[in-house]
Amino acid sequence: MAATSNPATEQYNFDIVRKFAIMTLFWGVVGMFVGVYIASELAWPFLNFDSPYFSFGRFRPVHTGGVIFGFGGSALFATSYYVVQRTCQTRLFAPGLATFTFWGWQAVIVLAALSYVMGYSQGKEYAEMEWPIDLLIEVVWVAYLIVFVGTLMNRKQPHIYVANWFYLSFILATALLHTFNNIAIPVGLFTLKSYSLFAGPQDAMTQWWYGHNAVGFFLTAAFLGMMYYFVPKHAGRPVYSYRLSIVHFWALSFMYMWVGTHHLHWTAIPDWTSTLAATFSIMLLLPSWGGMINGIMTLSGAWDKLRTDPVMRFMIVALSFYGMSTFEGPLMSLKDVNALSHYTDWTVGHVHSGALGWVAMISFGSLYHMIPRLWNTQLYSERLVNAHFWLATIGVLLYITAMWISGIMQGLMWRAFDDFGNLQYSFVESVAAMHPFYAMRAIGGMFFLTGMIIMAYNCFMTIRQAQRAEQAAPAVAVASA
Amino acid sequence: MFKFKHESLETNAGLLLVLTMLAISVGGLVEIAPLFMIDSTMEKVDGVRPYSPLEQRGRDIYTREGCYTCHSQMIRPFRDEQLRYGHYSLASESKYDHPFQWGSKRTGPDLARVGGKYSNEWHVQHLIKPTSVVPESVMPNYPWLQSTPLDYSDIGDRMRALRTTGVPYSANAEEYKANVEKFGEAVAKTLHIPDAQKNLIAQAQEGNYDSDRTSVSEMDALVAYLQVLGTMVDFRQYKPEDLVKYR
Repeated sequence: MAATSNPATEQYNFDIVRKFAIMTLFWGVVGMFVGVYIASELAWPFLNFDSPYFSFGRFRPVHTGGVIFGFGGSALFATSYYVVQRTCQTRLFAPGLATFTFWGWQAVIVLAALSYVMGYSQGKEYAEMEWPIDLLIEVVWVAYLIVFVGTLMNRKQPHIYVANWFYLSFILATALLHTFNNIAIPVGLFTLKSYSLFAGPQDAMTQWWYGHNAVGFFLTAAFLGMMYYFVPKHAGRPVYSYRLSIVHFWALSFMYMWVGTHHLHWTAIPDWTSTLAATFSIMLLLPSWGGMINGIMTLSGAWDKLRTDPVMRFMIVALSFYGMSTFEGPLMSLKDVNALSHYTDWTVGHVHSGALGWVAMISFGSLYHMIPRLWNTQLYSERLVNAHFWLATIGVLLYITAMWISGIMQGLMWRAFDDFGNLQYSFVESVAAMHPFYAMRAIGGMFFLTGMIIMAYNCFMTIRQAQRAEQAAPAVAVASA
Repeated sequence: MFKFKHESLETNAGLLLVLTMLAISVGGLVEIAPLFMIDSTMEKVDGVRPYSPLEQRGRDIYTREGCYTCHSQMIRPFRDEQLRYGHYSLASESKYDHPFQWGSKRTGPDLARVGGKYSNEWHVQHLIKPTSVVPESVMPNYPWLQSTPLDYSDIGDRMRALRTTGVPYSANAEEYKANVEKFGEAVAKTLHIPDAQKNLIAQAQEGNYDSDRTSVSEMDALVAYLQVLGTMVDFRQYKPEDLVKYR
C-alpha cells in the first residue's frame, strides 16, 4: 500500500464535502433526537417540565429546522459539492465562498434553534426563522448558487449531468420561495421580532406555496439529484432512461409550484385556487413516478445487489417510499379525502413517510457510498449498515402505521354523529384515543434514531481508521524503501 | 431549419438556468399574484377591526409559544365543524392577521371562535395547568404566563411595524379621523398609536383577565386575545348566500 493518496482526493476539493458530511451526521442525530423528544411530549406530557424552553410549541421548530435544514441541508450541500465536481471533472469554483457557505449554514441552524427556544418565531411553519437569520440564509444561498453555477461553467465535460439539473432547480426554487415567504417588517433594528408583510389569506397562500415547495424542491428535487448520481454509481449501471429523466425533470420543476394550495382545501381562499392545486397534484403523480421508475429500473441487471449490499438496499427502499408517498400525496390532495385527513395525524404520517422513508434513506445510502471515498478507505462495518437498515425500516413502518390509524380515527371521530344528529364525541375524547398511537409513534422514532446513532458511530470509526492508515502509511513507505 | 434538441440545454449552463427559472415561476404567479389584486377574496362584512394593543401583544405570545403547531384557527364549512366550533371562518376575519395563524394540525381543538366560550378564570386555570380543567389534555402547562409581567415598552414600535404592513393603526390626527369613520369612535381610540400604552393598561385593568389588577401579566394579554377570537363579526346580519359567493 505505497500509494495511499487516491487521485480523486487530490483532484477535487473534498475538504468542504467532508465538513458537510460530518455535520449531516451531527444534525441527523440532534434533529431526530429532538423529534423523538417532542413525539414523547405528546404521549407523556410531563416531559414539557413546565418550562418555556422545553415546551412542545417552541421545540417543534427546533426539530423541523434541525432535520430539514440541518440534516437535509448539510446532506445536500455535501452531495451537491461532491457530485458537481465529479460529474464536471473540475474543482469547486470559489473555494473561499464554499467555505463561507459551510460556516454560514451552520450558523443559521444554531441561531435558528436558539431563537426558537428563546421565543422568537415568525409563526409560519418551516419558516420560523426571524428576519436577521433569513437575511443570513439569503446571503449563504447566493454564495451557494455562485459556487455551484461557477463550477458548472468550469466543467471539463461538454454535457451537464442530469443530477446537476435537479440540484440547480432546487437552489433556484429555494431562493425564490425563501425570499417571497419571508418578507417581513421588523419591529426595530435591534430586535428579532417582525411581522409578515402579508396577512390572512394572502399570507396563507404564500406560506403554503413555500411550505409545499420546501417539500417539492428542498426535499424532493434535490434528493432526486442525489439519487441520479449515487444510485447508478453504486449499482455500476447507467441511468435506466435518459429520455425519462428529461421529461420528468421539466414536468416536476414546472408542476410542483402549482400544488401548495392543497394545504388550504376548504379554507377561506377562493375555490378555484384549491381546485387548480388538486388538479396539478394529481398530474404530479406522473413525473414523480417517472423519477422513481428511472431510479429503480437503473438496477435492472444488478438486482442481486439487493441481497448482498445493504447500501443498495437503502437506496432502493428510499425510492419505494418515494413512490408510495408521491401516491399518497395526490390522494390526500383530493378535496374529499382532504376533508377527512386535514388537521389530523395522517398529514404528519405522510410527511414522515417522505422525510424518513425517502429523504433520510436516500441520504443514508449516498453517505455510506460517499464517506469511504472521501477518506479513501473502506466502511468500518457492513454489518452495522445492515443493522441500521433494519432499524430504520422498522422505525418508519411503526411511525407511519401509527399515524395512519390515529389520523383516520381522529378524522372519523370528529365527524361522527349519534342517532339524534348530535356530535358523537367531544374533542378531548379524540385526544384520549390518540394516546397509544402517540406512544407507538415515539417508539418508531426511537428505532429510527438508534439507527442514525449507529450510522454516526460507523462513520466515525471509518474516518478514524482512514486517519490511522494515513499516519501509518509514510512509515511503511520509509521502511520498504 | 432550426431543430430543438435537449442537448443544447445540457451543454449551456446559462440557458438551463434561465429555462428552469421560467418553469418554476409560473405556478406561483398564476395562483398567488391575482389574490393581491382581486377584491373577491374578502367578504364585505362589518365588525372586523385590528387588534387592540393588549390583544396584539397576546397574539405575539400566541406565536411565540408556537400555539399554531397544535391549534388551528380556520373552521371549514362542514356540519360537524359548524356544530363543534361555529360558523365557518371568513377570509376577512383574518385580514389583519400578520402572520396568519390558520394552522395545519389539530392536536387540540380549533380556536378560531374560542372567544367568549369560556370564562377568563377558566382560561387562566387551563393555561396554568390544562389537566386541572380537562383531565385528558396533553397540552403543556404554561405557568410562566401568569408570573411574567407583560413587556409593553415597545408596543408603539410593534404597532408602527404593523401599520407599515397595512394595518390601519393611526399615527396622527388625520388617520385617527379616518378610523373613527371606519370603525366608530370607541374602536378608533384603541387603534391610536400615541395612546397605545395607556390603552393597553386600561384594557388589562378593566378586563381583569388574570384576576390580578395590580399588574399587567402575559396571561392578561393572551387571554384578552383568546377572548376576542372569532367574535368580531355578527353572523345574524348575514345570509349564507351573501358569504358563499366569495369562495
